[in-house]
Amino acid sequence: MLPPDVHAELAVLLPPEALLTAPEDTKPYECDGLTLFRERPSAVVLPETEAQVVAILRVCHAAGIPVVARGAGTSLSGGALPDPRGVVLSMAKFNRILSVDVLSRTAVVQPGVRNLAISEAAAPHGLYYAPDPSSQIACSIGGNVAENAGGVHCLKYGLTVHNVQRVRALLVDGDAVEFGGASLDSSGYDLLALVTGSEGLLAVITEITVRLLPKPQRAQVALAAFDDVEKAGAAVGAIIGEGIIPAGLEMMDQPATRAVEQFVRADYPLDAAAVLLVESDGTPEEVEHEMGEIRRILTASGATSIRVSRDEKERRLLWSGRKNAFPAVGRISPDYYCIDGTIPRGALPLVLRRTAEWSREFGLPCANVFHAGDGNLHPLILFDANREGEIEKTIAFGDRILALCIEVGGTITGEHGVGIEKLSSMCSQFAPDELDRFLGVKNAFDSAGLLNPGKAVPTLARCAEFGRMHVHRGELRHPELPRF
Amino acid sequence: MGDPAIEALQDAIRRAAAVRSPLRIVGGGTKDFYGEKLAGDILDLRPVKGIVDYQPTELVITARAGTPLDEIESTMRASGQMLAFEPPRFAPGGTLGGAIAAGLSGPRRPYAGAARDLVLGVNVIDGTGRVLSFGGRVMKNVAGFDVSRLMTGAMGTLGAITSVSLKCLPLPREEATRVFEMSADEAIRKVNEWGGQPLPISATCLHQGRLALRLSGAAPAVASAVAKLGGEAPVEAGAFWDSVRDQRHAFFAGAAASRTPLWRLSVRSTAPYSDLGGDQLVEWGGALRWLASGPRADTAKIRSWAVAQGGHATLFRAADRAAPVFHPLPPVLAGLHKRLKSTFDPQGILNPGRLSSVF
Repeated sequence: MLPPDVHAELAVLLPPEALLTAPEDTKPYECDGLTLFRERPSAVVLPETEAQVVAILRVCHAAGIPVVARGAGTSLSGGALPDPRGVVLSMAKFNRILSVDVLSRTAVVQPGVRNLAISEAAAPHGLYYAPDPSSQIACSIGGNVAENAGGVHCLKYGLTVHNVQRVRALLVDGDAVEFGGASLDSSGYDLLALVTGSEGLLAVITEITVRLLPKPQRAQVALAAFDDVEKAGAAVGAIIGEGIIPAGLEMMDQPATRAVEQFVRADYPLDAAAVLLVESDGTPEEVEHEMGEIRRILTASGATSIRVSRDEKERRLLWSGRKNAFPAVGRISPDYYCIDGTIPRGALPLVLRRTAEWSREFGLPCANVFHAGDGNLHPLILFDANREGEIEKTIAFGDRILALCIEVGGTITGEHGVGIEKLSSMCSQFAPDELDRFLGVKNAFDSAGLLNPGKAVPTLARCAEFGRMHVHRGELRHPELPRF
Repeated sequence: MGDPAIEALQDAIRRAAAVRSPLRIVGGGTKDFYGEKLAGDILDLRPVKGIVDYQPTELVITARAGTPLDEIESTMRASGQMLAFEPPRFAPGGTLGGAIAAGLSGPRRPYAGAARDLVLGVNVIDGTGRVLSFGGRVMKNVAGFDVSRLMTGAMGTLGAITSVSLKCLPLPREEATRVFEMSADEAIRKVNEWGGQPLPISATCLHQGRLALRLSGAAPAVASAVAKLGGEAPVEAGAFWDSVRDQRHAFFAGAAASRTPLWRLSVRSTAPYSDLGGDQLVEWGGALRWLASGPRADTAKIRSWAVAQGGHATLFRAADRAAPVFHPLPPVLAGLHKRLKSTFDPQGILNPGRLSSVF
């Protein structure tokens, strides 16, 4: 429940349909893409002008009410999970593309614009917005910036942070601020990079300038089958080692391949231990040349079959399996839990072997899809939430995989964010001093701790509660420090 | 654990913090001219050196801050890779830590990324003497705030960088340079138009009616771009781009010889070519304008022009500085900077005043 005076102040600022407090109205906001966690907010506000957002922030700041900004609600880490004492600030009505400047190859957009809508608006000019998270038909660009979203093409074209030039935002007290600019850099600290991926903890984004790229004239994908996961991993290393940065480089193991084949009927090789999808894009000459090299390297690496798309239709079909891996797994299991760790690619065989052992130990099947080019692994743990104790087992299994990611020199989240989901793993990845500096950064922007509180960075007390210690490559760091 | 070179730095920082005595963080000292005044006792990072790990097939190199840039680049070249942000080498002896702390990028920047785009992780010692590690050695990592990129270009004011992990990119298989005679206005329009086409452009440089364009990539792509664009092939293209990158080009050498202040104007790529009272050299597809400001130059006019063009102006090199080096920040941003500075350096001892007198 909002305090009555706060409700009254918000009611003056917003039309009745933009201030939701009835349980049936706020229910759709109780979770995001991570449905394991749910909270009902005190209220949901749906402003449509920056002035309204300023006013909402001022009211909430004065009253000490938490504010959780929300885009399309597709986060897989609970980044948009409401605070029960707070307000959900939906940016859904900020859905306009303000301008597309063809000559400078930039677009100015509001945060609620869907990722794919930007590329659609740029398409008539031969341009597109490169980062393409799998949820790109639904996810919003504001959420992409808040999470530093990736996608299947980011080895070559970068993450959100590499494709955003300017962010206009409001600080917790409603002060407007601009990070970056129309230029490629700005004066002072790189706060544009800092706010990108800050998971709504530092500021509320109200406008974004994205960079657009010329659309490649041609793209072609090769589907290669391997009878052994290690051989597939070595093939990835060989491609990169020969100086090729493919536009996309994805791996799926056998359980994943079988699940997607049932779903999309792309004629994936079902007997393969692993398949690779390797995409080349560019001018027709470049693609022809590069695809020849890729085919040669795949053959030399022991691929048992190679199928290269002959046309755009076949290319889309071959990709559809990978792009639909999550829903495909969703069809063969009542529930699934998507893990998001990054590892140095060389550690892939070890990580897959351990994951398979734990899968047997927990009695939970696991399918692996892997952004192989950049080491971002997505094990999908299959479970049934209705079975007693299975949620707990699933979470324990996932935590173990993430701990292994840290141990081999990787990270607990490659692209989904920490949110509410990986707070405990943050205690393992970072030392207390590092977490303390993160809290210092939060404090520098939001000393009252009202923007998306309780997400992304655990308090040291919380780490003590979890009983987590920072583990670095199997060693406890800073053994001299007192433990909590 | 137990690295004597790191421990010595930690000790020095702790001692300085205890008495609030400023420290001047130094690598090769090749960028002493850049930024506001130098102050404090020298904290020499050069003993912290060496490549820690280099895995070409992982596209990652990790090296300690005092490692000479030359060593990094020659090691990478031997494996067919490069530092794609082409850090400028103003003099021999520059270090990796210095390149990242300054955050400057060379001609390839708009096409392959800036220093900050390629940084994957850093280790730093903060102003309290604590060793901290941010980011990592992997391409995709969204755990925690992006402090690695915050440190990049912070000129050592938030911490002494002790090691850096960077994304490596393959050396282009083929490079070609084409030169065109055209007016500045036409050149700026052309480089922007070409930037919107699938051409493998990797650098541009416009000076006194001559536009040089570098193309990098697979041989067939470069060949078809050359056929499409025309232009002349220059002599010594490699040396030419090095002279732009390292500021030994006649434009920069002339400004240095005549002790003319050199301004760096980072603006929208389509900004019109404007007379700001001096000779200009234009890089980055139009987004970077170097101005050797003559006697007619007016600081207020230069700065307001840069702002009007969506960017900022740095007094990059000057014998005597009549204006703040870096573009002054609006009050709300300045407040954030001050609070971030005190988070990482509560006693204000690390390169104080190097970026601004305000924080």
